[in-house]
Amino acid sequence: MAKFYTKEHEWVEVAGAQATVGISEHAAHELGDITYVELPKIGKSVKQFETLAAIESVKAASDIYSPVSGKVAEVNQALDAAPELVNQGAESQGWICRVEGVNEAELGALMDAAAYAEYLKGL
Amino acid sequence: MEELKATPLRADHENLKALMAPFGGWLMPIQYSGIIAEHRWCREKAALFDICHMGEFLFKGDLVADGLEEVFTFSVSSIPVGRSRYGFLLNDAGGVIDDLIVFRLAEDEAMIVVNAATTDNDFAVIRSRLKNPTVLTDISARTGKVDLQGPLSREIMVEHFGAQIRDIPFFKFIKTSILGSDAIVSRTGYTGELGYEIFLPSGKVAELWRLLLEDPRVAPAGLGARDLLRLEMGYSLYGNDLDEQITPLTAGLSSFVNMNKEFVGRAALERESGQGSPRVKVAFKVDSRRAPRHFYQILQQGEEVGVVTSGAFSPMLACGIGLGLVKPGAAALGTRLTIKQDRVEMEAQVVELPFYTGGSLRS
Repeated sequence: MAKFYTKEHEWVEVAGAQATVGISEHAAHELGDITYVELPKIGKSVKQFETLAAIESVKAASDIYSPVSGKVAEVNQALDAAPELVNQGAESQGWICRVEGVNEAELGALMDAAAYAEYLKGL
Repeated sequence: MEELKATPLRADHENLKALMAPFGGWLMPIQYSGIIAEHRWCREKAALFDICHMGEFLFKGDLVADGLEEVFTFSVSSIPVGRSRYGFLLNDAGGVIDDLIVFRLAEDEAMIVVNAATTDNDFAVIRSRLKNPTVLTDISARTGKVDLQGPLSREIMVEHFGAQIRDIPFFKFIKTSILGSDAIVSRTGYTGELGYEIFLPSGKVAELWRLLLEDPRVAPAGLGARDLLRLEMGYSLYGNDLDEQITPLTAGLSSFVNMNKEFVGRAALERESGQGSPRVKVAFKVDSRRAPRHFYQILQQGEEVGVVTSGAFSPMLACGIGLGLVKPGAAALGTRLTIKQDRVEMEAQVVELPFYTGGSLRS
C-alpha cells in the first residue's frame, strides 16, 4: 500500500483501485478539537482536488478535498457520534471515507510521506 | 499595525506551551491543553484565566456632583459599597460603546472594569462626560486580574486566602490582602460557574498565577474555552453581540438600563422603545453538531431575516448554539430558522437563554 498527501493536508492510502482518505495528523492538530464531520454520501462521484467532505473544529470550518477521483464506497460512520476520533488518530481510526475506481496516474500529483514532511517544514 | 501588548503572564503562558493569538490589541492565550478539555475543567473543577488585558479606571470623587451618575445606563450612586453592577456606556444614538461593571469601593470611590479593545476610547468618553475630569484615573497598567471559575473555586479560594471569602454573595466583593498586597476578590465571572475575579497589583499576578496552578484542582484555561463558556450562558461578547450600532434594547439587555435616570443615549432608547426595535436578539439551537459562526446568514422560510453574532459547538449540549439579530417576527420561541454561509447550511430552532442551565453560578 502506498500513502500520499495533498497540499491541503489530506492523506490517501491506495491499494489497487481502492483508496482510504482522511486529513493529516498535522491538519487535525492545527484545527484543534474536532466537533463535526460532514461525511460524503455513499455513491457520490468525486474528482481529484474537488470538495469531498467538510470538517469543523472549535476554531474553524473547513472543506476536505478529495486526493483522488473515484466513487465513495464507504464512510466512517463512527465520526457522526465521535468526531474526536479524528484528533485521536487522524491517519488511523479517524479516516473519513473509502473511494473506489482510483486512477493510478493521478497519484503523481500528490506528495509521498517524505515530500509532505518537507512541505510542512516550509509552512 | 500597532504592536501587541503583553500581560505580566506572557512568559508563563509560553512555558505552558499555550497557543497565543491577538485579541483586542493584546497577545493572549487561546488554549493550553485544548479548548474542550479546558471548558470541561471549568464546568467540573476550577479553571484559571489571565484577564489582565481588561481595563480598570478608578473614580475618586462625588459620584453625583462630579457627574458619574449620568454616564452609564444604570445608577452608580445607588450601588451599595461592596457591590458591583453591570451595564452600558452608550453613544447619542443609544449604541453600545462598551459593556462594563462598576464596583462601589467606598462612598466616594468606584472602579470601572471595561473591555480590553475599548479601554482607551472608554476612558476618553467617560472623562469627557464628567464635570470634573481629574477624578478619573486609568489604572489598567498597574492592575492585574485573574479569574478562578468553577464549582471548586470557593473551597480553593478559602483554603489559600481565608474564610472571609466563603460568604461573598453573587455580585459582591471584598477588599482583602493576597500575597501581602491589597486585592479585590469579587464573586463575578463570565462562565456561568461559581467563581471569583481577583484584582491585585500587576507585579503580583505571576506569583498568584503560579500559586494557584500548583493546586491539582486548578488548570489554566484560555480565551477559546472562555468564549464557549460565556456563549453557553448566552452572555454577550462586545464586538460580536454588542457594538456601537447595537442598542441594549436590540440586544435584549433592557434589564441593565434604568430609564428612571438621565444618561447619554436615553432619548434614542425612548424612541426605540416607542417604535419597536427593527432587529431583536435571538438565541437558537442547531439540530446537529454543526457550529454557526459570526456573520452567517439567518433565514426563515427561505427569506433572509438576520445575522449570527456569536456561534459555537456547545460541548454541554452536544449541538451548535448561537446568538443573532433578526427581524422581530423571527424571534418567537420555537421558530424554525436556517443558518447559512456558502455551502454550509444548518437547521435551528429559537430557544430560551441560558442554553446551559447546570452551572454552579449561584451555588
